[in-house]
Formats: sequence, C-alpha cells, structure tokens
Amino acid sequence: MTVNILCFILFLVGLYGLITRRNLVKIVISLSIMEFSLFIFLELVGYIDGGIAPIITGQDANAVYVDPLPQAMILTAIVIGLATTAMLMAIAIRLYRKYKTFDIREIKNLKG
Amino acid sequence: MELTLSILLGFMIIGALFSLHAKDLLSAVIACGIVGYSLVICFLLLRAPDLAIVQIVVETITLIIMVAVVLNSTREELKVKIDTRQIINISLALLFIVVLFFFFIQATDMLNPFGEHTLRMASAYVGETAAKTGSANLVTGIVFDFRGYDTLGEATVLFTAALGVLTILRLKGKK
Amino acid sequence: MKGMSIIVKKVAQLIAGFVFLYGIYIIAHGHLTPGGGFAGGALLAGAYILSILAYGSDYLKLKEEQTESSLSESISILLILMLAVAGMLMGIKVFFNNFLPKGTIGELISAGAIPLYNIFIGIEVASALLTIFLALIIYKEEIEE
Repeated sequence: MTVNILCFILFLVGLYGLITRRNLVKIVISLSIMEFSLFIFLELVGYIDGGIAPIITGQDANAVYVDPLPQAMILTAIVIGLATTAMLMAIAIRLYRKYKTFDIREIKNLKG
Repeated sequence: MELTLSILLGFMIIGALFSLHAKDLLSAVIACGIVGYSLVICFLLLRAPDLAIVQIVVETITLIIMVAVVLNSTREELKVKIDTRQIINISLALLFIVVLFFFFIQATDMLNPFGEHTLRMASAYVGETAAKTGSANLVTGIVFDFRGYDTLGEATVLFTAALGVLTILRLKGKK
Repeated sequence: MKGMSIIVKKVAQLIAGFVFLYGIYIIAHGHLTPGGGFAGGALLAGAYILSILAYGSDYLKLKEEQTESSLSESISILLILMLAVAGMLMGIKVFFNNFLPKGTIGELISAGAIPLYNIFIGIEVASALLTIFLALIIYKEEIEE
C-alpha cells in the first residue's frame, strides 16, 4: 500500500509542476515525470511475490512467472514517450527562436 | 522488497522536486535523469529486464536531446514573482491534489495488496503464449502476436512524431 | 558541426562498433532473451549518435543521411504492414497471423514470424530516432549560418 501511495505522490509532483511552472522545458519535464510514475504503477500491479522474469528456460516446470501483459504495454509506452518528448522539445526550440524566451506567459502576451 | 522500492521511490520524488525547483535549466534536465535512471533499478527489482534495457537506452537519448535544446538558449530560470495569478495556480493545484488523492485511495482499496496476483488474464497469457507462438520470451510473444495491433499503432505514432519533428524544424522550404 | 578532441574520437572509435554489434545481437535474440526490437533499435540509434557527436559532420552529409534514414523508416513500416497482410492471406483469415512454422522453443530459428517482426521494428525505431536527432542537429547548423 505504501508503494502505491508513494507512486501516486510522484504523479502528483508532476501534476504540481505542470500547473505551477511557467518554463516550457520544465513543463516537458513534469510531463515525463507523470509518465514515469504511470509506468511504475502498472508494473506494481503485475508483480507477484517470488515470481521470476517471464522468460521460459525449461528448467523448472512449475515456476511462477511475473505477469507479462503490463510489461508488454509499458514496452510500447516507453518508446512513444520518447517520441512525444522529442516532439515537444522541437516545438519548444522553435518557439524560443521566434520569441527569444521559454516563458509561456510572455509568449501568450506577444501574439503574432 | 517493499522497503527497497519505497526508498527508491522517495529518492525519485526528491529528484523530481529538485528538478522542478532548480535555478538552472541544465541542472533541471540532469535532475530529471535521476528519476529516469532510478526507474531502471525499479524495473530490475520488479523482474522486468526487457523494460530495464529499453528504459536505460531511451533515457540516455532523451537526455542528449534535452541537453542539446537547453545548451544554446537562456539557461537561467525565470524570476517567479508571487502575484495573485501564482497564488490562484498553487491553490488550484492543491485542490486538484486533494481530490485526486481521495479517489486514488478509494480505487486502490479494490486492488490486492502488493505482491499478490491481481490480473486474472495473467494465468491465461503465461500458460498459452509459449505453446501458441513458440517464443521463449513471453513479452515478445505478446507484443508481436496477441497484441500486434498495439505494436502497429506504436510504429505509426513513432513515424508521425518523426514526420512532425521534420516539419516543425524545417527552416528553408524545398524549391 | 565540429567534432570533439582526439581522446573522445579514439574512445568512440573503439566503442561504437561494439554498441552496434550488441544492438544487432539484442534484436536477433529478441524471442529468446530479454530485449527485442525496441531495445535493439534504440541501441543502434545510440551507436550512430555517438559516432556523429564524436566525429562531427558537415551540413550536406547530414542532409543526405537524413534523407536515407527517413526513407528506411518508411520502408520498414511498410514491410511490417505487408508481413501482417501476408499472415491474413495464408491460413486462417486473421491480421497479424503467425503463419511460419513454429519450431522448437529455445532455438534461434523458431517462433515463426516473430524474429522478422523484431528485425523490422528494430530498423523502424532506429531510423525514427536517428531522423529526430539529425533534424535537431541540422536545425542548429542552419541557425548558426
């Protein structure tokens, strides 16, 4: 139970950064922190005490394996997370070239 | 096991808070790396070597991209003045946090305690994947056979992201 | 883009080949050991990025490489789709049908079409990451002009 709550606190830290920070780079960082906390929560759901990694070696017939389905989900989610982070950074660097600042409030004021 | 994970998670929370409050953008980006690399150790403790390999490489490439963006720009953090808008934002964030925490506690009450079997699908997947796909690594078997659509969608998202980056960062048009 | 000092160049020369080889190993053994197309593809892209960062490159060469990497990205995603459709045409009519013979569990050549999917996804991930990185580098070059 404590692990779940700590994991959720990590998510909340990301949410707090997303709402209160005004720097574009820090907003991207808080988005990726939220992503990390989701990965670890899904992985905690699939963990079984005394289980081994889900790879069949053929030595032990009745071994207990960790649930492979959340791992398959997170595997795709990690790579998608990298792609979206790269895209957000590209948008940030393009905005920086136009407005010479990372501050979203100034960008909002300087329309056009 | 639970104690080790709790310590690691506490470490990650401290790293995340430091990253959000750092004065210099470069140190903020590197402190974000603390969170990512601790995640690798968590994956290893939770018996997921596939994810650990992917995460350690992906985190390195993310750090390279972020440092490349931050290095040639202004690195100092913006001056945060405490005005009415900032106070409204922080109180709104606290309100969100309290409401979400309430619902999270209610939702996790239904889950089994840590370390016990939670998903009913798991036994079916573990029992049948090896026989039906012939793959010794169950995760690869699921990703490419039972959940092929998922992988196809992932490849499409990656393709679209690369196209988007190419479009956004083009300065000179093609003649 | 300029390269780095001679020490970095020498170390990169020694290491980049091994990183590339390890990526190929991880892709080829994806159905037997931890890893697979995603991890191996990211490693291949990492080897390229290491050598580009250490040795530097000029603008026209980077442009050429970007065209090639986006081409290989498009071809590999097309190959994944064609493999899935080939599964539909053979045997039972299911998209992503594993139509090749399964073999025995634990051998290098087994698991039907899964090693092929692994290879194509590996090429796709590697070339997508390389395209994103090259786009960033080319943007920086164009700003400095």
